[in-house]
Amino acid sequence: MMKPSYISRWAAAAVAMPLFVVPANAEDMTIKIDNFVFSPQTATIKAGTKVTWVNEDDIPHTVASTTQGLRSKALDTGETYSFTFTTPGTYKYFCGLHPHMTGSIVVEGTTGSNTPR
Amino acid sequence: MTLQNDGPSRRKVLECMTWAGTGVLWTVAGGVPASLGIIDEAVAQEAKGFTFLQISDSHMGFDKPANPDVKGTLEEAIARVKAVPGSPAFMIHTGDISHLSKPSEFDDADKIISQAKLDVHYVPGEHDLIDEGRGKLYRERYGRGTRGDGYYSFDANGVHFVGLVNVVDLKGGGLGNLGAEQIAWLESDLRGRSASQPVVVFAHIPLWTVYPEWGWGTDDGAQALGYLKRFGSVTVLNGHIHQVMQKVEGNVTFHTARSTAFPQPSPGTAPSPGPMKVADDKLRTLLGIADITYKQNEQRLAIIDTPLKG
Repeated sequence: MMKPSYISRWAAAAVAMPLFVVPANAEDMTIKIDNFVFSPQTATIKAGTKVTWVNEDDIPHTVASTTQGLRSKALDTGETYSFTFTTPGTYKYFCGLHPHMTGSIVVEGTTGSNTPR
Repeated sequence: MTLQNDGPSRRKVLECMTWAGTGVLWTVAGGVPASLGIIDEAVAQEAKGFTFLQISDSHMGFDKPANPDVKGTLEEAIARVKAVPGSPAFMIHTGDISHLSKPSEFDDADKIISQAKLDVHYVPGEHDLIDEGRGKLYRERYGRGTRGDGYYSFDANGVHFVGLVNVVDLKGGGLGNLGAEQIAWLESDLRGRSASQPVVVFAHIPLWTVYPEWGWGTDDGAQALGYLKRFGSVTVLNGHIHQVMQKVEGNVTFHTARSTAFPQPSPGTAPSPGPMKVADDKLRTLLGIADITYKQNEQRLAIIDTPLKG
């Protein structure tokens, strides 16, 4: 009885697999803000990925940085901010209200993106 | 208990004072702190002299479980202010008047705070400068006669008061920030003043390092305090951390006030410094006001912290 369902789950996974290798810009990334922490704190993405920060905390936070354009208004609970990273590099950011909260985004080039970090 | 001016016994007392208890008046003569007893007794003893009040962190607009009625608790705080004996000269608000810098939030705060019928000297918290104009609304309402993002000084009853802004231009990974321009202004503001004049400095984020892991301190606070070292009596009043903490270092007394809105955990006792939800009947014991008295010839100002509920 167990075996057939096990096999069918594998079959389903195999069918679903190709969805994960479609163009890089389809892989949007979400970063959660809760308990005064950005998570994941470090995210590695491919160039062209849109990153969305979601504030799930009781307190407003912001996304601030020295990178041109990477700066949100104050995000109240439930509010979001998105930024699309097009140029490879490492982008550090922090909360402009609570600057001890920091995070970074590592943007990899579209070629050789399968290379492990 | 006999205390010496220096040595381990005094240090021990000062350690205890870091966690000053509820509703106790601390007075310090000749560098030795002493508790004068419970609030009513203390108020009676200290009613004479020049008195002003501090309230902080009203967070108008906050509506989360830690306190869904911040207007109600601010009203209760103002009722406490009105009940302070003697005639307080004015009130200081050490920031986070609003939660999100919305005009309606500032309106609500003004409507309630004005019932105290006292002049109020404000400094902004980080929550007061997050409108689209990055503090435009705050400066329009509270910034008249101030410099930069809202710093200024004034004299009252022989005491020099300095309101500083340490919530602007914060750097990633850093703490509160005053900035070179404001520090240069502070230096010139203090230059030429007699070292015997008592000085009260107030700002939102603690100017001393309380707990850097939670951002509770000011990166260039020590530089500012350097200009205050030569004064015989310095009192530093802050908010931001939503709890009472007190420390004495040389001639400088550091004090943080309770919030009128919601408590925050003691340093390191929770995963984050976020609003602390406590039992409903506990909330008002953790919110409150501070009442500060200066008596001629006393080296230190006496500070009484009064919770909304005893």
